[in-house]
Amino acid sequence: METVTRSAFHPDIVGYEDVNRDANRLLTKPGKGYLALLGMSVGLVLLAAFSLGYMVTFGLGTAGDNWATYITTFVFWVGIGHAGTLISAILYLFRAAWRQSIYRFAEAMTVFAVLTAALFPLIHIGRPWFFYWLLPLPSQRHIWPDFRSPLLWDVFAVTTYLTVSSVFFFIGLIPDIAAARDGATVPWRKKTYAVLALGWRGTDREWRHFTRAYLFLAALATPLVLSVHSVVSWDFAVSIVPGWHTTIFAPYFVAGAILSGVAMVVTLMVPVGKIFRLEKYFTKVHYDRLGKLLLLTSTIVGFAYGTEYFMAWYSGELFERGVFWDRVTGQYAYAGWCMITFNAFVPQLLWMRKIRGNLNAFFIISILVNIGMWYERFVIITPSLAHSYEPWKWVNYHMTWVEAAILLGSFGWFFMWFLLFLRFLPGLSIAEIKEVLPPPMKNRHAEHDHAPKPAAAPGEVLPTGYKEMELR
Amino acid sequence: MKKSRTGVLGVFPHLDTAADAIRRLRSEGYVVTTYSPTPRHEIEEALETPDSPVRIFTLTGAFTGTAAGAALAIWTSIDWPLIAGGKEIVALPAYSVIMFEVTILLGALSTVAGLFLAGRLPHIGPPEAPLYHPSFTGGNFGVFAHAPLDSYDAVQRIMQESGSEEVLFDKR
Repeated sequence: METVTRSAFHPDIVGYEDVNRDANRLLTKPGKGYLALLGMSVGLVLLAAFSLGYMVTFGLGTAGDNWATYITTFVFWVGIGHAGTLISAILYLFRAAWRQSIYRFAEAMTVFAVLTAALFPLIHIGRPWFFYWLLPLPSQRHIWPDFRSPLLWDVFAVTTYLTVSSVFFFIGLIPDIAAARDGATVPWRKKTYAVLALGWRGTDREWRHFTRAYLFLAALATPLVLSVHSVVSWDFAVSIVPGWHTTIFAPYFVAGAILSGVAMVVTLMVPVGKIFRLEKYFTKVHYDRLGKLLLLTSTIVGFAYGTEYFMAWYSGELFERGVFWDRVTGQYAYAGWCMITFNAFVPQLLWMRKIRGNLNAFFIISILVNIGMWYERFVIITPSLAHSYEPWKWVNYHMTWVEAAILLGSFGWFFMWFLLFLRFLPGLSIAEIKEVLPPPMKNRHAEHDHAPKPAAAPGEVLPTGYKEMELR
Repeated sequence: MKKSRTGVLGVFPHLDTAADAIRRLRSEGYVVTTYSPTPRHEIEEALETPDSPVRIFTLTGAFTGTAAGAALAIWTSIDWPLIAGGKEIVALPAYSVIMFEVTILLGALSTVAGLFLAGRLPHIGPPEAPLYHPSFTGGNFGVFAHAPLDSYDAVQRIMQESGSEEVLFDKR
């Protein structure tokens, strides 16, 4: 039997050292383009900080509505995080070997997306310094937050999610930071990595406990990620506002979250792969599988849209029907149609293999889905609140410049952290990619001497689908 | 054999030769510490390592979390009983969300505590084995045999016969 010397997923990676070299290459001196992007991101953050200062000084009235843009953006960013945990934890439990090379990016995206999302509940309360009122802290008056309220569930869900995904991210990084420490040539980097690596040397004791701990963290993160967006959806579904009060919200939100998150993974992967020349790591198989994931979640989300309209019609509820009719014909029809077109119809193009394989097309689709998913949350929140039971409550919401600046700033904040991550921490999961590479063996035929089999082409030994992809 | 502070380090560019060396050294009675760039089952099998106790930390932490979440929600509700939304003072279906989230939170944090305690991270004080080579996070495997000075020759022979390309001695 011919022995595998190259990974079926990554046929262009020659050996273990190749991975170290490529991962350390990401940490070298940045180019002008990188600095320009980082500068733009920091600029947007400063703009948002100024707008927030303005809002705090002159009051919440400077925003059009404290729920509309802020809570839309909060839900949007929490949702983005979900794909990272899907790739890092759920696919880990399913032993999907294609996740290894993209999981670090996806996990970083999760941490920074949740970090961005966590700002918005603080911003939307108008007086962010009173945020601690939401926490169950003892006070003189013995008043505790109401644990029966979904808004408090949300505080617990989002803070737990931020903590657990950060921990999962950092624990996964330890062996790779150690590799960066051993490969670093710049003294300050070597010293910093030495501290962050916690003295990791890759001994049998460390790996034995690390692999177990990693497995359990993945097993805990999996139900957590499903719960977080369910809890976020209950912020709406547990109330009786028409357009919100429905039982499908939890699975509908989780599918939507994964759809938006996968789209963001692709939006980040395509330029990062091109700029840093990581074609060896982000192969056709990765884009193909992400395309299928996007297609699946888009179809679920499309089905949920249909179900909502069916329920509004079939229930015979006047107010429910009114809200749903208003979404596609009223003042916010542009948002309603953006959401339906970009989330349910455009991704259906990915049924075509040519489009899944065409990075430019896939990149554009992923951006459209990102826009569509922001509008989905907007459509759920704003038109529903603006078209409640009684006509005197009906309002026309317009985004103010303060809200627009803070929304833009949230992208700046997210990309600022992501860009800093790319230059300062290993963007490729060095140790985990090696798990899917064939290990260096001296006596390649020793194990197979007793069972001679007909020769097989190297790529066919592991059932990964890469060869099939190439053959197409 | 008692774990000696001194010893010999073999650098192996191949996994199978490193696993051979571990088996041979262990059969001769040496305690070994291995280094690898990625976790490999071949090494674990050669070392016959027992299950990690991290799972006990995870389980204990998770159940403590369930209890803590329930206790927090129930106690604070009873401390200032106020009916809201027509629900019970102790509304367990609503509190199950809090219980679940705290289960995951404490489960994850205690898993990390378990990893740090059992894996001895962060390393403070003398390392497990006195010798290390930076290539062990790259492509090489390392086998350190804890051995007294007088058995260095025997260990070196085993390392070289197994396929070590470089043998280093702890000369203290």
